Amino acid sequence: MTRVLTVENLTMAYGKRLLQRELNFTVNQGDIFVIMGGSGCGKSTLLRHLIGLKQPAAGRVLYGGIDFWQAGAEQRSRILRRAGILYQSGALWSGMTLEENIALPLQQYSGQKGTSIREIVAFKLALVGLSGFEHYYPAELSGGMRKRAALARAIALDPEFLFFDEPSAGLDPISAKNLDQLILEIRDSLGATVIIVSHELASIFAIGTNAVFLDSEAKTMLAAGAPEQLLAESADQRVIDFLTRGKGTRGAPTL
Amino acid sequence: MTRVGFNCDQLQDWDSLLPVMLQQLEACCRSRSIALDPGQLPHGVQQLLRLAQSTPVHLPPQPSAISPVGRLGRFTLETVARGRELATFSGEIILECGALSRGQTTFRLRDFWSFVQAAGAEALPIVSLISILVGVILAFVGAVQLQMFGAQVYVANLVGLAMVLEMGAMMSGVIMAGRTGASYAAQLGTMQVNEEIDALRTLGISPIGFLVLPRMFALILMMPLLCIYADLLGIIGGSLVGVFMLDLSVSEYFSYTRRAIHLNQCLEGIIKSTVYGLLVGFAGCFRGLQCGRSSAAVGEATTSAVVTAIVLIIISDALMTFIFNLLKMG
Ligand SMILES: Nc1ncnc2c1ncn2[C@@H]1O[C@H](COP(=O)(O)OP(=O)(O)OP(=O)(O)O)[C@@H](O)[C@H]1O
Ligand SMILES: [Mg+2]
Repeated sequence: MTRVLTVENLTMAYGKRLLQRELNFTVNQGDIFVIMGGSGCGKSTLLRHLIGLKQPAAGRVLYGGIDFWQAGAEQRSRILRRAGILYQSGALWSGMTLEENIALPLQQYSGQKGTSIREIVAFKLALVGLSGFEHYYPAELSGGMRKRAALARAIALDPEFLFFDEPSAGLDPISAKNLDQLILEIRDSLGATVIIVSHELASIFAIGTNAVFLDSEAKTMLAAGAPEQLLAESADQRVIDFLTRGKGTRGAPTL
Repeated sequence: MTRVGFNCDQLQDWDSLLPVMLQQLEACCRSRSIALDPGQLPHGVQQLLRLAQSTPVHLPPQPSAISPVGRLGRFTLETVARGRELATFSGEIILECGALSRGQTTFRLRDFWSFVQAAGAEALPIVSLISILVGVILAFVGAVQLQMFGAQVYVANLVGLAMVLEMGAMMSGVIMAGRTGASYAAQLGTMQVNEEIDALRTLGISPIGFLVLPRMFALILMMPLLCIYADLLGIIGGSLVGVFMLDLSVSEYFSYTRRAIHLNQCLEGIIKSTVYGLLVGFAGCFRGLQCGRSSAAVGEATTSAVVTAIVLIIISDALMTFIFNLLKMG
């Protein structure tokens, strides 16, 4: 398996406040890599480090051997062009309709024009079940619809990397399950690598192929590996607690 | 005394104040190594106490005590950092203007026109009101003084010159600072909070070219027009006083006004207002993009955008008046 993303000794801090130190993990091609951990432990911040929004206090982020933070501006934007990002808050551009939101990346990079862009937009919206909402503004949608629209924007450019920050938060169980399915299908059809921040045990076990567990007390990662394997083998009680929803004993995940 | 217990037989009702008081009592007991037995407390109270103590307290990094020298040092560093941000922002604007002229930025014309609309036509009512009133006030104050010398007809000169040279540009600048500058800061600040700016950045679209330039250009384009409009309405406001209070005829008033004002002076006001437009747009966008990630931060950004814009307007006014005077003498 090819390693597409490697994090080496990453230390994250806001000013003097240390969030996490010495994070080490590798994401392989085609992985659905889950970043887990309690609220406020720095999962979103880790994502920001991976997508070039925040510079590490120490350590490296390697995309296929290229050190992102040492690379030139040109190379960085080439890496980011291959990434689709779903932010925790959705981050749809509020001044634009859904169609314009999804069309903007396409206009920027796909080299397509007018009608074909509109067709691609309609297709992406259909993928997330929002056909016919082209001319709605984000403020006119429900929270879950906004998440799905943001997902449509994230996959606009058929990215190789997909970063999702809590995609299923705020969705009903059925939609959440459908979203998991959608993520799997997108991964398979685009051959993408997915890095996902999630609390949802159900979806972690359903789709996660690999994971890290961050802890805000220890200020570092406590475990890395496939979710089932972590549940079966981890020696750390905090990891077991998380994966068993606080029941603290092993066995089949209670969902 | 070694133990504190509770008798709750008489207790009928309680609210959150009770567990708060108990926590203080417990801390007090602990410091004197007295045991506290919560066993007799109502079940709910015990549960709340346990819940409140179950998560460790988050200790924010302690701001260590700083000497006055240290504080001065920190102030200096902060000022330097702020100056650097300002310089970076200005530099980015210039670079993006270059990129725009080569057609390399994403500049949405539709956005631009909607900002032109907001900064132009939609501002007319308030600009009209304020300008007419400023004209009336200037004329009124002037009339009272000039009447003492029987020179009330010069009210026309006073109002005309004051509006054209200073007040038209200044008042429309201040109005736009409160109206458009504030709304720019709020818009960009909210986009910052919603991660919309991050989404642009990661897509490789410069927020400067995409968000800041259309806004600034709209203001720079509309401010001179608003200024001319404000000049005219101010003069009309002055003429109201001239006609109804000083018994001048309308044609008399306007012919005096026309003789008093030179085209150069109109131009002076227009140039000033263009600069104010630039400054108001700059301050609004700069504060908006600097905004933190909370709704309170958006409020602060808005306030400081207005304050910054007005301060910049006054300073630049003084500077430009000085420069124009030098040019006239030279
Ligand atoms: N801009 C910032 N400046 C300072 N501290 C910040 C900033 N953003 C986040 N933090 C702090 O960093 C910590 C981690 O934040 P982050 O958003 O990464 O958490 P998270 O793991 O994504 O939590 P959640 O699951 O609730 O989304 C938080 O405790 C927060 O207080
Ligand atoms: Mg988060």
